[in-house]
Amino acid sequence: MPELTYREAVRDALSRAMREDDDVFLMGEDIAEMGGSMGVTQGMLDEFGAERVRNTPISEMAIVGTGIGAAMQGMRPVVEIMYQDFLTLSMEQLVNQAAKHRTMSGGQLKVPLTIRTQGGAGWSPGAQHAQQLESWFVHVPGLKVVFPSTPEDVRGLLWSAIYDDNPVIFFEHRLLYPLKGEVPAELAPIPFGKARIMREGTDVTVIAIGRMVPEALQAAEEAETLGISVEVLDPRTLLPLDEEAIIASVQKTNRCVTAHEAVTRGGFGAELTAVVQHGAFDYLDAPIERVGAKFAPLAFAPAMEQWAVPHAADVLEAVKRTVARA
Amino acid sequence: MKPQMAKVEKKPRSAASLSDERLRELFREMLLIRRFEEKVEERFRAGELPGFLHVAIGQEAVASGVMAGLEREDTIMSTHRAHGHTLAKGTHPNAVMAELYGKTEGCSGGYGGSMHLYDVANGMLGANAVVGGGLPQVTGTALAYQFRKEPKVAVAFFGDGATNTGTFHESLNLAQLWKVPALFVLEMNGWAESTPMSQHLPISDLSQRAVAFGMRSVEVDGQDVEAVFVATKEAREHAAAGKGPVFLNVRTYRLVGHYIGDPQVYREKEELNELRETKDPIELLRARLELSDDEFEQLDTEVTAIVEESVTFAKAGTDPKPEDALKWVYA
Repeated sequence: MPELTYREAVRDALSRAMREDDDVFLMGEDIAEMGGSMGVTQGMLDEFGAERVRNTPISEMAIVGTGIGAAMQGMRPVVEIMYQDFLTLSMEQLVNQAAKHRTMSGGQLKVPLTIRTQGGAGWSPGAQHAQQLESWFVHVPGLKVVFPSTPEDVRGLLWSAIYDDNPVIFFEHRLLYPLKGEVPAELAPIPFGKARIMREGTDVTVIAIGRMVPEALQAAEEAETLGISVEVLDPRTLLPLDEEAIIASVQKTNRCVTAHEAVTRGGFGAELTAVVQHGAFDYLDAPIERVGAKFAPLAFAPAMEQWAVPHAADVLEAVKRTVARA
Repeated sequence: MKPQMAKVEKKPRSAASLSDERLRELFREMLLIRRFEEKVEERFRAGELPGFLHVAIGQEAVASGVMAGLEREDTIMSTHRAHGHTLAKGTHPNAVMAELYGKTEGCSGGYGGSMHLYDVANGMLGANAVVGGGLPQVTGTALAYQFRKEPKVAVAFFGDGATNTGTFHESLNLAQLWKVPALFVLEMNGWAESTPMSQHLPISDLSQRAVAFGMRSVEVDGQDVEAVFVATKEAREHAAAGKGPVFLNVRTYRLVGHYIGDPQVYREKEELNELRETKDPIELLRARLELSDDEFEQLDTEVTAIVEESVTFAKAGTDPKPEDALKWVYA
């Protein structure tokens, strides 16, 4: 099987879709000559031209809104919001427009729009370039929310996002871009709503998303040396959510830790916790532990930043707390 | 890059460019919209219509004039004050009224209501209840036409209040930058809900906002349906020919409150009465066409019957099943 980085896998999905389908095009800030601030679209201008790889003004509301309009006409735009912090600038179009046209029109309209964005801590960008805001969008009926953690998943899920007839917010993580992984020679679309068991275990289930998936896998290896068997589950899509797989895993292990880089309070871990307590209440041997960032705007100095966001060690500590209660 | 300044074109009162017959058709349509809106006010006050509603009494010539200047396959997005636009675009009054009653026979199936009228088959892509919310989507719709080389234009309606929103500036900037086939129709009625222009605009000539983007801007008297028609037709030809979007600065008058029941404490009664006497687009066109009382009565009887029928149709409509609230969340 060929190996791609997470970044190359995103580009591969975009390029394949654009080769096959004239209705797919890209819009975003600095995505053409510069190839995107994260280099994801490098080389695509040369292959597809400036009509289909469109640099835009710094106008997030118009980028998303224009994407909605083109999508309403049956095109399949993929727009890039450079940092997910800037999704805040396009919130009205995402929440009031993209998510609602289908219902408000009584099913007359579809909005097959993909909104790619990225972010994440770990390189001292400060408070306005590193938030993780995925949980905001899970609260909006009409949107779908995807957050892949491996090259294979990011490629297969992005393809599914482009060909989904609904608006999809597609989260990538900055620190995952250089990560390498095997991908199938042929692009295999990955359906939404299917979790992936990243590692099987019997004592604790760690439900992790984004960067916390590799962190959880590292924690699981360390736990193994302590005699604790950790199962790591990546939901991959937060909306829709594979509740069945999550509940089945916790019913097997009887303990659960949730892990994301976003702040813990009101984070997606809270939703996961609610799903688990309802679906596996009688199976739980310990309170569910939540791992996430501490509740503060992200500080700049590396020492403060690293302290505020979670790492494998935090997952491991949470795992140990759950087994200590047995 | 060399600086480019578009100049504002002022359209004088229209020369005779529509036949009397066509003008009479437009008169009839405007009268239908007026009677429809009056009926909506009446039924709302009678407690039959849920939600809250905004009527476009006084602005009928904008709806009818713009739509007359478009081709059938062109598309529009409207505002919270959308009944007239929707009727003029070709949606049957029964479907609009049924929507206001929340019936499945409504043009949005009962999911939208007055502020979210949709009729995609007729080119009505949605009324938007967030001021300025539809503007970038009109740019995007026009971008799709440009991509696919479809000979269509997309039209945005909005008021002077919307020109203060970020979406207005972002959307016009992008539309002009990419020369998409769009028309931006400003219904300049001088009010942002209850707030007069003097309190929300530092300038009085809003054409300058379009000119600032290098966009062609045309001023037109919105109480003169023929002038609106002429300006729209020309603008449409310009946009459809790939020469870029056009801003239509249409001066019109809202001869009623912001919403039905608005006591209009912010507005002098005398001023309003004077406007009703001097700026009513229906009275202006009636005088111009020199309609006799009999001719007027005949048209009025016809359109009133259509409006009455729409109420009968709506009341006899089907109530949605409550659980169908979840039916269209995802495609």
